[in-house]
Amino acid sequence: MNENKNQEWLYEINPKDDFFRLHLKEVWQYRDLLMLFVKRDVVTLYKQTILGPLWYLIQPLFTAVIFTIIFNNIAGIDTGDVPPFLFNLASITAWNYFSSCLNSTSDTFKSNAGLFGKVYFPRIIMPLSTVISNLIKFGLQLLIFIAFYIYYLLIGKNVSPNITIVFFPILIVVMGMLGLGLGMIISSMVTKYRDLSFLVGFGVQLLMYLSAVNYPLSLIREKMPDYAWIAEYNPMAHVIEITRYMLLNKGSYSLGAMLYCIIFTVVVFFIGLLIFNKTEKTFIDTV
Amino acid sequence: MKPEVILSVENVSKQYRLGKVGTGTLSHDLNRWWHKIRGKEDPYLKIGDTNDRTTKGKSEYVWALKDINFQVNSGEVIGVIGKNGAGKSTLLKLLSRVAGPTTGSIKFNGRIASLLEVGTGFHPELTGRENIYLNGAILGMTKKEIASKLDEIIDFSGCQRYIDTPVKRYSSGMTVRLAFAVAAFLEPEILIIDEVLAVGDAEFQKKALGKMQDISKGEGRTVIFVSHNMAAVKSLCTRGIVIENGIVVLDAKIEEAIAYYLSGGGDVINSKKFDPSALYDTEVYKLNSISLKNTGKEFIEPITENEVIELLTDIDIKDKEFYRYIITYHLYNEMGEEMFSFSNAKDGVNLRQGNNRIKCFFPKDFFQSGQYFLSLFIVKDKREAVFIEKDIVSFTVIDGGRELGIYMGREPGYIKPTFNWQNQQ
Repeated sequence: MNENKNQEWLYEINPKDDFFRLHLKEVWQYRDLLMLFVKRDVVTLYKQTILGPLWYLIQPLFTAVIFTIIFNNIAGIDTGDVPPFLFNLASITAWNYFSSCLNSTSDTFKSNAGLFGKVYFPRIIMPLSTVISNLIKFGLQLLIFIAFYIYYLLIGKNVSPNITIVFFPILIVVMGMLGLGLGMIISSMVTKYRDLSFLVGFGVQLLMYLSAVNYPLSLIREKMPDYAWIAEYNPMAHVIEITRYMLLNKGSYSLGAMLYCIIFTVVVFFIGLLIFNKTEKTFIDTV
Repeated sequence: MKPEVILSVENVSKQYRLGKVGTGTLSHDLNRWWHKIRGKEDPYLKIGDTNDRTTKGKSEYVWALKDINFQVNSGEVIGVIGKNGAGKSTLLKLLSRVAGPTTGSIKFNGRIASLLEVGTGFHPELTGRENIYLNGAILGMTKKEIASKLDEIIDFSGCQRYIDTPVKRYSSGMTVRLAFAVAAFLEPEILIIDEVLAVGDAEFQKKALGKMQDISKGEGRTVIFVSHNMAAVKSLCTRGIVIENGIVVLDAKIEEAIAYYLSGGGDVINSKKFDPSALYDTEVYKLNSISLKNTGKEFIEPITENEVIELLTDIDIKDKEFYRYIITYHLYNEMGEEMFSFSNAKDGVNLRQGNNRIKCFFPKDFFQSGQYFLSLFIVKDKREAVFIEKDIVSFTVIDGGRELGIYMGREPGYIKPTFNWQNQQ
């Protein structure tokens, strides 16, 4: 026993691991698995359906149509010179990416308990793969948005992107990381307290109404100045607003808001990562 | 040259909370957190019963494993044996990093891959080929490694014809073959195998066992093997670790370990005492105990087949009309198949009022080694059963005369008669 005290060990499992060790090297070793999970998610989602990947496009289109009818035609929300349909499509595409990241990562531990109970791999691979496969879905939905964009240009509508569109990739990363970060926090807590999975179910839907998806942020400031702070503090409201600003040159943009979103996201993401890392060692006993 | 230690398990314990996780979880968590803030130890780590599923514990926390220590040298093949619930699977779960230890540490050099249950992570919609990649990656292989072995894997599985068909169309046997094939071609430094041989048809089992032998003997891989199949353990392993109630009770050469395990490790329970509850203590009868042993031996000794076995039924008959009652046993084998029934009335022994200590003797060379179950009936007037309990007592018969290591497989059948043989020239 004693002669092994000095031996170098490649791996060590301890009940109390360093809280800040994230084992990122190990995640890299499993990169093939990450890509295979992404492939699995994309390939198998619409197996045995007639329309197949078209479902990726149908869902945002129909939602945009309904939103346009209800919020713009009936409720009369003003979107300025931007066609309301395009306004809604831009918001929904962005919101969908965030919400599907959040929804699908928030039950990582619960829905994969069978697999996680049998074999070890860095658990973070699972939510990472869903975020990446959602990114592919988002890319397809962005294509349909661009198609309508060109259509509106051709029929002579006055639409143009803002120069800040070059920063749009940053915004995509913010959406993905925020969804993933919140999802990891929730999934870690769901292992013990199942209540949260019910909360997420309708909470995300309610959050949409607070995130300026179907109205410009300026509208809430104008109509409900006392309660506008709810949306002001919600980073997703800014993300959606900035998305529209970049893509449609409509809405407000401030560097402060952008920085706020980025800092908020980074903080949430790291908290999520740490909690997730801590949970992955013990969840199998409580899930 | 001194063998290199590849895996070291040091003071590893694992605590589980029994019963419903849910009620009171939050309060325990808050209590833990409060202790942690003040820099104190987790209050729930001090309590906890040993892992013995037959007794009623005082605490709702239980130690599935307690202070496990052992080291594995590179190239060693270790068999972990123990009864159901002794903590074998928990140990493997800790080693394969699925669950974390409560205390202690596990250190190892090299990749550990576990074959806890084959087919983990198969996706029914993907084809066999796609699943080989996915499953291989889950088990820790890179895409390149899998690609280089793809042909071998497909060939070993014997599923060439269906390899581009979704796995949901496979029969269960085919799924298992494919899954085992993937796992068999893993190349981790340490391989953990749990009861995988219980799958597939006879032909495939043989193939699988042969492959295991190649892995452990031919390729010099370090293997940790858990199985109830003593023949397999014997032929594969060099060292055995016996676990009992969460504690390592023996760590020795495999022959010694198997002998220790088969002899029951000192606490054979071939007897059962009954609490005077409403079920066992009525106005008619009071059942005290049922036990089995070899004649002339103690109850704690293992029962061997090459001596007379006696079954003792300790029962009080309170009814004045005691002559109306008989006791009948049904004997079942380990598969739950009914073998035969026997009763005191048939063999001309009657019950008395008051205490009865009825003995039934099975001749020597009667039972084949194995586990047997008895069901008890107390019958009134030869037609109405006033008491029935299925599997009221079980007993294990072990091979008394057989030398360990000659042939560890189970001999066929459930009786082991010796006949009069002659060679007339």
